[in-house]
Amino acid sequence: MNLKTTIATGRRVLWQIRHDRRTIGLLLAVPTGLLILLYFILEGQPRTFQQLGAPLCGLFPFIVMFLVTSIAMLRERTSGTLERLMTMPIAKADVLFGYALAFGLLAALQTAIVCTVGFLALSLEAPHGAWLVALLAIANALLGMALGLFASAFAKTEFQAVQFMPAFVLPQLLLCGLFVDRHEMAGWLHAISWAMPLTYAYEALAKATEPGPLGSAMTWDVIAVIAFTIAALALGALTLRRRTP
Amino acid sequence: MADGARQRDAAITVESLRVDRGGREILHEVSLAVATGTVTGLLGPSGCGKTTLMRAIVGVQIVAGGAVTVLGRPAGAVELRRRVGYVTQAPSVYADLTVFENLRYFAAIAEVGGRRLGGGRVAETIETVGLNGYEHRLVGSLSGGECSRVSLATALLGEPELLVLDEPTVGLDPVLRAELWASFHELAGLGTTLLVSSHVMDEASECDSLLLMRDGALLEQVTPDGLRRQTGEQDLSRAFLAVIERAEAETGHRAKAEADPGNHPEAVPEVEPKDAPGSGAGR
Repeated sequence: MNLKTTIATGRRVLWQIRHDRRTIGLLLAVPTGLLILLYFILEGQPRTFQQLGAPLCGLFPFIVMFLVTSIAMLRERTSGTLERLMTMPIAKADVLFGYALAFGLLAALQTAIVCTVGFLALSLEAPHGAWLVALLAIANALLGMALGLFASAFAKTEFQAVQFMPAFVLPQLLLCGLFVDRHEMAGWLHAISWAMPLTYAYEALAKATEPGPLGSAMTWDVIAVIAFTIAALALGALTLRRRTP
Repeated sequence: MADGARQRDAAITVESLRVDRGGREILHEVSLAVATGTVTGLLGPSGCGKTTLMRAIVGVQIVAGGAVTVLGRPAGAVELRRRVGYVTQAPSVYADLTVFENLRYFAAIAEVGGRRLGGGRVAETIETVGLNGYEHRLVGSLSGGECSRVSLATALLGEPELLVLDEPTVGLDPVLRAELWASFHELAGLGTTLLVSSHVMDEASECDSLLLMRDGALLEQVTPDGLRRQTGEQDLSRAFLAVIERAEAETGHRAKAEADPGNHPEAVPEVEPKDAPGSGAGR
C-alpha cells in the first residue's frame, strides 16, 4: 500500500471520466432530475414525497456508483490494463482505494447537487441537518462502489455487467423498506432483508430524515454499512489476481 | 561450476516448464536460458505458445510444473515487478486517456521504490517510440500501430533490466520497425535483456539468439548464423522450415515405432508440400 500510487490511480480514474463529458453530465444531473420528477408525481402528497424523496437523496449515489464501478472495472479487466498493473509495483489496495477516492469524490459532487435541490428547492425536510444525509449518501456511494467492484468479477461482457444492476440492486431496493414497510412483508422476505446491505443504508437514512432522536440504532446501521463495504472490498481484492490460468 | 556460471549470466532460465490450460497441456517441458544484455527472438507460428511462455516468465501465468528463474529470482517475485517490463500483444493502455496521461500514470507506479524518474523521462520515452506531437491525443483515437507504441512506451518508462515484448512490431511501417529494432539494440548495449516474440521470420536476423517454438515445444535455441549453418539455408524462413521438418520427421519416426501410423495423422509433416522439390528447384 502506497499513498502516491493510490492518489495517482484516483487521479487517473477521474481523468478518464473527465474526457467523457456526457458521463459527467449524466452523473450529476440524472439523480436530481429523477427527484424533481418524483416531486411532480407526488404533488399534493407532501408526506409521501418526504418519505420517499428524502431517503432517495442518499440512495441515488449507491445505485449510480454500483453501475459505474462495475463497468469501469470490467473494462480494466478486459482491456488488459489490470493485468499490466498486476505486473507492476502497485498493491491491489492501491487500485481499490484509488477507485474509492475517485468515485467518492464524484459521489460527493452528485450528492451536493441532489441535496441542495431536494432540501432547499423542493422543501424536503432534514430534521438532523442535510449534511447528515449527504454524509450517509457518500458512505452509500462507497458501498455501491465496493459491491460493483466485486460484481464485475462475475461479468464477462458489458451486457452482463449492466444486468447486474436489476439483478443485485433492484431486489435490495424493493426489500429495504423504502416502498413497503419491512414489518408488513412476509416473514421470509423480512428475514432476507436483514442480509441485504441496502437495508441498513435505508434504515440510517430514514432515521436521519425523520424527526425524533437518532439514538444508537442509527450508529449500528452506519457500522453495518461500513462493514458491508469493507467485506465487499476484501472480496473484490480476492478477484484481482496476479496469476491467471 | 560451469552450470552455476551459466545461471549467473542468464537473465532468464526456464527448466522443464509445463503449462495446462482448459485441461490440455499447452507447453511441454520447455527448457531454455536467455543471456543478460542480449536480444532474444521468440519465434513460431501463431498459437504455438509464445505468449504463454512469456506470461510464465513475467509471472502472471499459473504453471503446472517446472521452474522459471528471472534475474536470479523466481518468476513473479515481488521485487521483479520493478525490474521487469512486459508488453502484451494487445495494447494494454487506457483508451480514454491521452498519451501523456497514460505515461504519467504508469510513471507514477514505476517510480515506487524510491527510484525517481526525471521530469523529462515521459517526454524521452515518447521520443523513443516516435510519438512526438501525439502527447495530447486520446489513445482511443490513434491507429493500431500508434496504440501499441504507447503500450511499449509504458514498459520502457521505468528502464527495467528485462523487457518482455509480445509482438511489439506488428502493424508498424518498415521505417519505424527498423528504428525500434535499433533502440532495442541500444538498450541491450546498455545491459538490458530483451525477449521479443514475432511470428515473422524476417525479424529473426535482428536477434542475437533465437528460440524456435512449435506446438508448445521448444525446437531449437540457436543464433541466426548457427541456424543458417546448421540447415544450409541462407533465408531464415526456409531455415526454420527445415528445423520444423526435421523435428516432425523425428516425432513421425517415434509415432511409427509406437503405433500404427494410420492413427497418427498429426505425425505427417505438414510442411512437406511447401518444401517439395519443385519449390526448391528455382534456387
